[in-house]
Amino acid sequence: MKAHLSRRYLFSASHRLHSAAMSEKENQSTYGKCNNPYGHGHNYIVEVTVSGPVDEKTGMVCNLTDLDGFMEREVLSRYGHENLNAMEEFAKEVPTTENLCIQIYEIVHRGFHFAHLERVRLEETMMNSFEYAGESQALS
Amino acid sequence: MVYLTRKAEFSASHYYHNPDFTPEENRRIFGKCNNPNGHGHNYTLEVTVKGEVDPRSGFVVDLKQLKEVMHREVLDAMDHRFLNKEVPEFLHQIPTTENLAIAIWQRLVSKLEHAKLHRVRVYETTDLFVDYYGEA
Repeated sequence: MKAHLSRRYLFSASHRLHSAAMSEKENQSTYGKCNNPYGHGHNYIVEVTVSGPVDEKTGMVCNLTDLDGFMEREVLSRYGHENLNAMEEFAKEVPTTENLCIQIYEIVHRGFHFAHLERVRLEETMMNSFEYAGESQALS
Repeated sequence: MVYLTRKAEFSASHYYHNPDFTPEENRRIFGKCNNPNGHGHNYTLEVTVKGEVDPRSGFVVDLKQLKEVMHREVLDAMDHRFLNKEVPEFLHQIPTTENLAIAIWQRLVSKLEHAKLHRVRVYETTDLFVDYYGEA
């Protein structure tokens, strides 16, 4: 019996959307207020979906303690209360929520092996969210 | 194909315990959920059915029938119950959210007329939910 389990976590971080490949004017017209030089912050919600057979002995796809521990250690403590632009993964990439979603997917995909990662969904505000399920995967 | 989702809420208590594990294993694996007196949640259930839109009624499914089946098969059996002791599926199976989603699917799948069950989603809290799509 295969089931999908989704868990939501909150972290706060700041960013500024600015591309070195664009002129000042292009940056302003592309990113608008998000291009303000001192940056701004969001309360991000990251929703992780993993799947797998339900273990007959525990009734679980994976133990939430393992997922919570991994997410706290590798994602929430990494990005929580940080300025994303100052982080090495965003030295050359604009820290849009699209790119942050992909980064988080890669971290979980690489390091969490207690269940299969289906997707990462990242809410920047209540009004917008982004999902990534790996390069070759369409979302179901 | 159009998908229709109906929500319902129910409140129930449960605890996690496997009699094949030692007391230490039960505590280590299930943590606070192993407390034998149980604890409760306000569950939110989302049932998604799919089908073609009937040209005469404009419906994918008769919502009244779906609502009645959800009430009869799920809410009447589980709302304000202690899952481990009062719901037959969980007398010998741990009432995790995963098993709850599967049990609800099995209760509904043969009872629906016309529309085909697509997904059962059970929220244990707003930050934790399980999806079950049946066995592909």
